[in-house]
Amino acid sequence: MKYFLRKTLILVLTVFLISVFTFIAFHIIPGDPAGLILGTNATEEQLEALREQLGTNRPLSEQYSSWISGFVKGDFGSSIRYRMPVSALLKGRLPVTLALGLISLAIILLLGIPLGILAARMRGTWVEKVIHFLTILGISVPNFFLCILLMWIFGMVLHFFTPGEYISYTKNLPGFFRSLFWPAISIAIPQTAILTKYIRTAMLEELGEDYVRTARGKGAGETWILYLHVLKNAIVAVVPLIGMIVASVLSGSIIIEQVYGIPGMGKLLIGAVTSRDFPLTQTLVIYITVLIVITNFLVDIAIQLIDPRIRLSGKS
Amino acid sequence: MTGNILQIRDLTLSVAERDGSMATAVDHISFDVREGEILGIVGESGCGKSLTVMALMGLLRDDVKATDGQILFQGEDLLKISPKRRREISGKDMSIIYQEPMTSLNPLMKIEKQVAEPLKLHGKVTKEEMHQKALDLLTEVGIQDPEACLKAYPHQLSGGMRQRVMIAMASICSPRILLADEPTTALDVTTQAHVLDLLKRINREYGATIVFISHDLGVINRICDRVIVMYAGKIVETGTCRDILDAPCHEYTRGLIRSIPTRDRKGEELPCIPGRVPSVEDPREPCPFAPRCQRALEICHKEAPPSVRIDEDHTACCHLC
Repeated sequence: MKYFLRKTLILVLTVFLISVFTFIAFHIIPGDPAGLILGTNATEEQLEALREQLGTNRPLSEQYSSWISGFVKGDFGSSIRYRMPVSALLKGRLPVTLALGLISLAIILLLGIPLGILAARMRGTWVEKVIHFLTILGISVPNFFLCILLMWIFGMVLHFFTPGEYISYTKNLPGFFRSLFWPAISIAIPQTAILTKYIRTAMLEELGEDYVRTARGKGAGETWILYLHVLKNAIVAVVPLIGMIVASVLSGSIIIEQVYGIPGMGKLLIGAVTSRDFPLTQTLVIYITVLIVITNFLVDIAIQLIDPRIRLSGKS
Repeated sequence: MTGNILQIRDLTLSVAERDGSMATAVDHISFDVREGEILGIVGESGCGKSLTVMALMGLLRDDVKATDGQILFQGEDLLKISPKRRREISGKDMSIIYQEPMTSLNPLMKIEKQVAEPLKLHGKVTKEEMHQKALDLLTEVGIQDPEACLKAYPHQLSGGMRQRVMIAMASICSPRILLADEPTTALDVTTQAHVLDLLKRINREYGATIVFISHDLGVINRICDRVIVMYAGKIVETGTCRDILDAPCHEYTRGLIRSIPTRDRKGEELPCIPGRVPSVEDPREPCPFAPRCQRALEICHKEAPPSVRIDEDHTACCHLC
């Protein structure tokens, strides 16, 4: 119980500090939301009126305290750019990013783990070399280039999908998932490559351990050793990496959403920052922070569940 | 004593060097392991004792190859059998206890699963049978609360308990040969004595043949029937435990005996053998021990020493015998 309390406290503290930092950063960098909305032809009076209306002319401390007091009550404020409540904006975007993230995550885990095991199992053969080459390729190809490549090959040459076509989940659910498939592949490829590489390394490292020799001495074969002894030990080593992948995938990919034209959190964030939309940016940043802190917390719990040597401190 | 259970002939083990060449670590050694005995292999670190035992068990590292010789077990050459046949023998007919009880158990697996694993690998047994057998074995090796131990993870046990668990694990299929690679080195003296007694009991009561490796002649003296003294990849002297300890012939064996601390020499400086074991890449003299031997003659640096039979069981490789 103490453990959970401590973790919650850390979560609250992190969110608070991050919100202060974003707030400060936002006011150091130049740019005026009123100016961006009204354009260059606006008069000083018009600008002043809009600033008054948006509340951006009030002192910084007042702006922050009015925002945070609303936030604590569950009111995330109103977007300056879209002129609507942030919560309403999120309602439309969050499911898209989550669906995209979960599809990518499924691809990453279902491909990365078996490939890593295969590479470790086929060590020294051409299979391992091919997997190794592909992981290096997957890690080093820039994401935007990968998107363009996939769009060109699978979209324009092979006609598997129409590049840039997005189907809303409110209209056609199967179509929605279909339109997310290739973006999800684009997100998954580099992450799968990293996961494969780490699993392979962790498995090979474990294969050199004494307990593996013990198992061989008992007459255990390669498959038995890999799946019953090595895999679990190797997974402990890659759980933190999986946590990082989960957090990054679920926070929404700015590049992928931009390139494929998907109205998710990533696209929302880049729009919010460029239009100096403080309440929206702040909420999105806090979403990402909470996501990261919670996945880290889940990583801790997962490791403790797998590895009996590590136990929740303060657990009676 | 009813004949030989293992016959090792001209066993040669080579280690791959970084430049691709092979260096000989164990050089054409031949010896027999007699059914039911406890055979000790003694020598300083780097003499090839562990490599020899790992070769018997088929657990050589990837960079070590058996380049010559035979290991005969029940008419089969263990160096030539298929990996599948090897797995059938390992853990069932032949098993091994290691020097490092702290790292030789899987940290994420409960003791019960690990102790019963050889049963699962070598025959059809029910869960209840496995549980009962594991429980019996843990009781047998002297674990206080065997039920609790079965449910524990390795990190919850002490070094001595882990070594007992290792012994239980190695004996669960009633192997005919038990290889013990310095099983007491990592343990404190009291625990060492318990483990030695336990191995002796497994030998006497269950008739398991034991090959026991140690660098400590004191430990060898407590447990072994016969002893092989190895130096720099060669067998320099073999004999019964009494032959070796009471009437050693080879200077190396004498040096080892002189360096056992005893009560009556308390306060005196403990003699040791000057120099160190040549590493595998070092050039060897015809008698590998000659450079460190205080009584070495001119011939020792020129000709390989003959194998001299001193007694029925006692042989030494030395020009001076």
